[in-house]
Amino acid sequence: MAIGVKVMKRPVGTTSYLRATLKGMALTFRHLVRPQKVTLQYPEVKPELAPRWRGTHRMAVHADGRPKCVACGLCPTICPSNCIRLVPGEDDQGNRYPIVYEIDEFRCIFCGMCQEVCPVEAIHVGQDYENSEFTRERFIYDLDRLMAQDHPLAALWDPEDPASQ
Amino acid sequence: MIQFPATNVPLHQVQPLSNTAFLIASVIKVVVVFTGVMVVVAYLTLLERWISAWIQDRLGPNRVGPRGILQPLADGLKNLVKEEMYPAKAANIYYILAPMLTGIPALMTFAVIPFASPLPIPGVGVVNMVVADLPIGILYILALTSLGVYGIVMAGWASNNKYAFLGGLRASAQMVSYEVALGMSLIPVFMLAGNVTLTQVVWAQQTMHLWYALPLGLAFFLFVVSAFAETNRLPFDLPEAESELITGYHTEYSSMKFSLFFIGEYSNMLTASAVMATLFLGGWDIPIWQGDNMIMIAPGVVAGAEPAWWKTLLTFGAFATKTGFFILLYMWVRWTVPRFRYDQVMHLGWKVMLPTALVFIVVTGTTILVLDALGIPYGLGFGLILTVVNAVVAAIFFMVIDRDRVISGASAHDRRRRRVDARLAMPVAVEEPEPAGIRD
Repeated sequence: MAIGVKVMKRPVGTTSYLRATLKGMALTFRHLVRPQKVTLQYPEVKPELAPRWRGTHRMAVHADGRPKCVACGLCPTICPSNCIRLVPGEDDQGNRYPIVYEIDEFRCIFCGMCQEVCPVEAIHVGQDYENSEFTRERFIYDLDRLMAQDHPLAALWDPEDPASQ
Repeated sequence: MIQFPATNVPLHQVQPLSNTAFLIASVIKVVVVFTGVMVVVAYLTLLERWISAWIQDRLGPNRVGPRGILQPLADGLKNLVKEEMYPAKAANIYYILAPMLTGIPALMTFAVIPFASPLPIPGVGVVNMVVADLPIGILYILALTSLGVYGIVMAGWASNNKYAFLGGLRASAQMVSYEVALGMSLIPVFMLAGNVTLTQVVWAQQTMHLWYALPLGLAFFLFVVSAFAETNRLPFDLPEAESELITGYHTEYSSMKFSLFFIGEYSNMLTASAVMATLFLGGWDIPIWQGDNMIMIAPGVVAGAEPAWWKTLLTFGAFATKTGFFILLYMWVRWTVPRFRYDQVMHLGWKVMLPTALVFIVVTGTTILVLDALGIPYGLGFGLILTVVNAVVAAIFFMVIDRDRVISGASAHDRRRRRVDARLAMPVAVEEPEPAGIRD
């Protein structure tokens, strides 16, 4: 030990290299013969997601194929990362509908506020994470893409604890 | 110690090999052993990864082939087709020579290790199951393993890379230091066996009915530790220290040259395990059973039991088991123990291993001399007395090393040590207060 290095005074039992090594060897041997493996074989075995796990979005669709969205503008307003682009339109009966509805999944932080704020339960975050693409442009999901998604939706709240208490 | 022909050992006259048969048998043995070692080395890399994975609660390689058993093939293929990098300022001749110098001695060493009892082939004769039964056996191994350091030092120097160079320097210091302790820890074995030929050492253990791990336990321990250091395995892998030296001497190597360093390391490990098994665990001897105690003392003369092909198979199994045990020990230790500090390595080598080995030589030599003078014949009783002596020395050794200050890092002070420290105590430099605002 170099001069000037402070060496703590400790009993032999706690400083012995030999005993510590043997203890460590016993520990690794226990793991060697009885491993507690937690690795998931990912492509074959998928992880179980929590009910409120949030992934890429889905747009709910009416029975006749129109989006449920009424272009109220609440989701682009509440979105903290400003990733939703909405251009509202109105048809002859005065029904509002989205002309452009785009979500930039790169900017999205998957907070799920759009789903919470939506008055007609049109936009949802869903339980999907296998969303890789070859180009960056493909990550801007347009309305058709959002309507075509069919993965399960994220639960808004815990059904056993609706008031979040 | 052991006289040939020993008086109470039955001799069997068997058909000696003709020159042609000897030549053919030797060529076959060379090819089989070389191939065997290469295949085992390839699978040791897989085993290492599996064991590390299991110890760390992971799964390990399981993608190539069923349960991952074809992984070495995939690795080999990958290494063969990878681009070879030549650093612009590397010394090219030495840069190319270095991996060869590491790989070749490691593979050559296996030639003198007896791996099974002599094999009788009907109509041809009895073939000794060792590639070359050199009379200087273990000296040959020591000579070749010390050549291995040249490859590493050369690699470190020729790469023209400061990390590789540091790795090479560390390797040279470490391997030279531990070679001394390694050689010294072997001397008790030679004193007891009276020979350096590996086949004779095996025979000496068979006739004692006791493996040398017991009567020479301390030498066994010293040899195992030195062999760990010689093969650059953890806790002595300072030459390749990934965290400090970015794998040290083979930093600049890629593709098959890198692979050759790996083959060198693993075949060194395999050879070291085989040597440990041969010298201290009776080689291919099967415990308790006496039917395999035999030795080919001259072409056509086998002393001890009758050779048979099934005995060859069984003894090879025993040898493989013992070697495998040491390989598992190597890997088990590697994935448990952290790396030593450099001063700890040097301290352990020069101030602990070497003196202990010297003391043990003296103690064992004296005991053997006294037992000889008392007329106690070489055999089980002889071995048991040595075992008791060895147990006493080993107990003292472990008590001392248990309290060793440098290796343990944090000291357990005794009263004397405290007094010495107080006398040597130096005023510790007062830390200057950090200038205000430097963090802002």
